[in-house]
Amino acid sequence: MLSKRIIPCLDVKWGRVVKGVKFVNLRDAGDPAELAVYYEEQEADELVFLDITASYEGRKTLIDVVERTSDVLSIPFTVGGGVRGIDDIRDLLCAGADKVSINTAAVKNPQLVKEASDIFGSQCIVVAIDAKRVLKSERPSPKGFYVETSEGEVWWEVYIYGGRKPTGIDAIWWAKRVAELGAGEILLTSMDKDGTTDGYDIELTRAVAEAVNIPVIASGGAGNPHHIYEALTVGKADAALAASIFHFGVYKVRDVKKYLAERGVPVRL
Amino acid sequence: MVEVAIVNYGVGNLKSVKRAIERAGARPIITLSADDVAKAGAIILPGVGSFKSAMEGLQPLMSTLREAISRGKPVLGICLGLQLFFEWSEEGGGVGGLGLMKGVVDRLPSSVKVPHMGWNTISIESQNPLVEGVPDGSYVYFVHSYKANPEDPGNIVATTVYGVKFPSIVWRKPLIFGTQFHPEKSGGVGFTMIKNFVSMARR
Repeated sequence: MLSKRIIPCLDVKWGRVVKGVKFVNLRDAGDPAELAVYYEEQEADELVFLDITASYEGRKTLIDVVERTSDVLSIPFTVGGGVRGIDDIRDLLCAGADKVSINTAAVKNPQLVKEASDIFGSQCIVVAIDAKRVLKSERPSPKGFYVETSEGEVWWEVYIYGGRKPTGIDAIWWAKRVAELGAGEILLTSMDKDGTTDGYDIELTRAVAEAVNIPVIASGGAGNPHHIYEALTVGKADAALAASIFHFGVYKVRDVKKYLAERGVPVRL
Repeated sequence: MVEVAIVNYGVGNLKSVKRAIERAGARPIITLSADDVAKAGAIILPGVGSFKSAMEGLQPLMSTLREAISRGKPVLGICLGLQLFFEWSEEGGGVGGLGLMKGVVDRLPSSVKVPHMGWNTISIESQNPLVEGVPDGSYVYFVHSYKANPEDPGNIVATTVYGVKFPSIVWRKPLIFGTQFHPEKSGGVGFTMIKNFVSMARR
């Protein structure tokens, strides 16, 4: 049976992992390649590197990180952040990334999703969607994909530029659109929940997972194993991404997988 | 040191396969040259690109490849590489394959999310040198939208269920092997298969 995936996410700036990482027994906890191996040993199913450098010189550093990581890692990893076009995608794949995630560039030019998946194959094109809740009563959705919640009817708006710029685009509509254009997977981040550690946006996750026929990775808000369990069951996500709960060493990936396995969620252990 | 030719017919991550071959003690050569393929002790058809682009890329190598196969040189097809072994694929509107195994390649059923992406288990149906030391039920990493349908059950080494049961490892005697999953991305279990393959190149 296909297992649900647990995916630690590493924020990388100038070739270094930046989010508060507190590990013991690591020679260099800021080195992405070394952390990647640590997570592989913890039975992470995949990894995501999010580059937050956003400058030309920074790209070169990122390519070096990807090359060094692929030398030592034998599980798949996705690289995202600042990917603008076909050349960026090619550079990252050739450096050893298994998948490349695009976000702002896809919104600005949706044909990029089609072009990239035609050239490289859908399997390596991930579209990242940053979404934020909007109450219908305050502002209706342009596409009318509403979900009934305890706050009333809501929809989710797509944000770009690292969550700084609202687009007016309905996230559920956008998810369906990128799936049609050939995206192989959606990395769905709730901006309302990101950084809170009080759980994923289950309603958003479920709405998108039910709307598309490609895998959906839930992201934003994981604070404990139960949150991950909810995203994978009630939320119907295919994978769960988490950052701080793993980085701070509060939970190990293996502990989360054991928790899930005990509750009947198929995981690789 | 034995050389393993990794045929470079598509754009994608070939680095992981290359590193796995190195770790298994062989010298990988990423190439589209017929000479390199002829000289190598084993050949890998990797899982990058589309069926059509891969068949086009293979055209200049076709006679070399067939000769190598007729002489019993080990060949490993990974993901798309496995699919190329068959007669025809519906990917890209219908494209002819290498025809080394009888059967066609078609899309995974629409009852499940496609691509089939992630870790799934393999049921080993017949013993085979590629899976020596690999426990039945091991998790391996898949990412694919199409599956092979071998006409000869003798080609099937292992199966996996995703919407339907499909062959996750195939072989043709003596040494043509295909894995629908990516052994180079499948942790220790995958590496065992890579090592098994490389050891055949040495014999």
